[in-house]
Amino acid sequence: MASTTASAFEYAPAPESRSVVDIAPSYGLFIDGEFTEAADGKVFKTVSPSTEEVLSEIAQAGEADVDRAVRAARKAFGKWSALPGSERAKYLFRIARIIQERSRELAVLETLDNGKPIKETRDADLPLVAAHFFYYAGWADKLDHAGFGVDPKPLGVAGQVIPWNFPLLMLAWKIAPALATGNTVVLKPAETTPLSALFFADVCRQAGLPKGVVNILPGYGDAGAALVAHPDVNKVAFTGSTAVGKAIARQVAGSHKKVTLELGGKGANIVFDDAPIDQAVEGIVSGIFFNQGQVCCAGSRLLVQESIQDELLESLKRRLATLRLGDPLDKNTDIGAINSAEQLSRITTLVEQGEAEGAERWSPDCELPTSGYWFAPTLFTNVTQAHTVARDEIFGPVLSVLSFRTPEEAVAKANNTPYGLSAGIWTEKGSRILAVASRLRAGVIWSNTFNKFDPTSPFGGYKESGFGREGGRHGLEAYLDVR
Amino acid sequence: MPTNTPTAADALTDVTASDGSLRRFLHGLPGVDTVGLEARAAALGTRSIKTTAKAYAIDLAISMVDLTTLEGADTPGKVRAIGAKAVHPDPTDRTTPTTAAVCVYPDMVATAKVAVAGSGVKVASVATAFPAGRAALAVKLADVRDAVAAGADEIDMVIDRGAFLSGKYLKVYDEITAVREACGTAARLKVIFETGELSTYDNIRRASWLGMLAGADFIKTSTGKVAVNATPANTLLMLEAVRDFRAQTGVQVGVKPAGGIRTTKDAIKFLVLVNETAGADWLDNHWFRFGASSLLNDLLMQRQKLATGRYSGPDYVTVD
Repeated sequence: MASTTASAFEYAPAPESRSVVDIAPSYGLFIDGEFTEAADGKVFKTVSPSTEEVLSEIAQAGEADVDRAVRAARKAFGKWSALPGSERAKYLFRIARIIQERSRELAVLETLDNGKPIKETRDADLPLVAAHFFYYAGWADKLDHAGFGVDPKPLGVAGQVIPWNFPLLMLAWKIAPALATGNTVVLKPAETTPLSALFFADVCRQAGLPKGVVNILPGYGDAGAALVAHPDVNKVAFTGSTAVGKAIARQVAGSHKKVTLELGGKGANIVFDDAPIDQAVEGIVSGIFFNQGQVCCAGSRLLVQESIQDELLESLKRRLATLRLGDPLDKNTDIGAINSAEQLSRITTLVEQGEAEGAERWSPDCELPTSGYWFAPTLFTNVTQAHTVARDEIFGPVLSVLSFRTPEEAVAKANNTPYGLSAGIWTEKGSRILAVASRLRAGVIWSNTFNKFDPTSPFGGYKESGFGREGGRHGLEAYLDVR
Repeated sequence: MPTNTPTAADALTDVTASDGSLRRFLHGLPGVDTVGLEARAAALGTRSIKTTAKAYAIDLAISMVDLTTLEGADTPGKVRAIGAKAVHPDPTDRTTPTTAAVCVYPDMVATAKVAVAGSGVKVASVATAFPAGRAALAVKLADVRDAVAAGADEIDMVIDRGAFLSGKYLKVYDEITAVREACGTAARLKVIFETGELSTYDNIRRASWLGMLAGADFIKTSTGKVAVNATPANTLLMLEAVRDFRAQTGVQVGVKPAGGIRTTKDAIKFLVLVNETAGADWLDNHWFRFGASSLLNDLLMQRQKLATGRYSGPDYVTVD
């Protein structure tokens, strides 16, 4: 049966209202509890990836601003770290509750600035953001019992650099444990998605957080580099590309700074012949098309047992034909816009390379909007380990399909990558899940599901996917002196 | 249209050769992951259906209702009343579509036939010792023949859940084929699994394939007489089964969730499941039905609301 795309049941547009969020024409840097201009007066624009509309003009942090923010954080550190854990917890609980109260506003804002569907910001990002603050608020007065010795100490000033794929969620992953453990923070959001971090600055003020505890510096890579290099930063936390991660590792080598890096991935999603096929198809879809595939732990390599390959691919193609691509603010949209023109061109280049190397490209019939940055959901079949699309992280809605014959071969191929962030195993056989999972070199392994997150569950990578863990009790260690 | 390769058809004939081969086939179907299935059903439940799509969905849902009365206290008067309602669901608005069918006990078929005569509304009858199905096959077949002779267009049969749960798949298969034969060409056969009693999703998938192999025209979740009836998840699963069955055999089978679907919102969620799982080919009352009695009034009130911009109330729709 060929996939049916035409339907008598066309859903009418159901756009979420933009009026729930007020975006100012310009924003400053957030330093020491105040919004301020950049020292050199530089600004940049942030656009909505689905329309290319300019949303706001943002002050662009430079080296002098980094220094100012680090000093503010250092000054605030004394009082903040001296507060009893139960007091810090009150602030974090307050922040969590304000995020819940303002979640509709923040979800719309994130969708406008990032391009991801409102369905995802509303149902995945925002609930997880609040949950992270609630979770780490709960730890703030229990650090003595976290398994890191009696009375573990905060490190000091944390310099944090986060990516554009989950702007607010990555902020929560970084800021919540840092504050719970008594550190103060200077955070640089990505240049394409600064807005939700600036709204978070407002949430901090609303919560009455002491000045200087959280500082937000929108800007480009140079600001990030200056932050990492600043001599008075005690801890560096970075989520982003492996190339930048390597540069950071070189930069801080030999210094006193503690570092955690959460970098790229090329996750293997392994489907055995006894898998629950319909659910596996859903898992493959959420593994690679969630957030347009712009997920470091995306299941971007599908490893399918040869005996069911044809059947599975047929189901997958039929399913992809039902994905709805378009206006991210429409509640029925499954696939939104690519975050930036740069990212779109990177995806396009890699996909063209995949075709040139002989992999077979397939996309469902899919009309792309005329403005904005869009890429249709794409499958590559006939892929081997030797293809670039099986090795390089594409960071887009592109799935490479490889096959295997035995569990040994599945494990060997899954591990045959410079990365090691995530993996998925699909089988109805419990013993096989455990046997395969114990041999996969990946930080997160899902079985019969994919891309599920929880604040209690640690997240991080092996090999070129970085080191250190975020989330869970393990996530505290990165912000504590545990000598 | 689907590929109907000789190999696929041959394979499925061999399947029913013995109890052993049938068991091996049904147990060889892909498993169902409970968490994943329910998550998918819930995710499709968040589709936002507005304006023109909603108006379309409401009329479609009305046209898919099997308006049902299955009480011990049913009388000819009661059956005539629901017959009239099936033909004119909303007496204040004659553009309202008729329901698909009225569903009654076998002894009420003749009365129902008269009540809906000339309207295109079908008469369905729950034969085969509904709802327990605990009677000898001869009795069940007599029940079916009786209903068909009285003019039933559709027979809703319950399977022997006891036989299914004890693994006697061939017995269930033989009963369904016997009933199918008793229906002849006069009536379409809906096979009711009573999914709440089958308990696991794996069983529901196996029962779906068993019913389709035995010649069911429709597969139906439940009788409406037990605690757990139609759910988005079990209906999604059955939609996957009919989709896969058609892909493999070329034969299209309908789906009927029954029991517990009371609101327009719920009905629309089921239509979304149909649309995105089996596809547009099933968005028609020949291939999809709602077994419901109280759903219709909510659909009518929502329809009035869309037409007038205001909510009316229960006194603006009929009580039958």
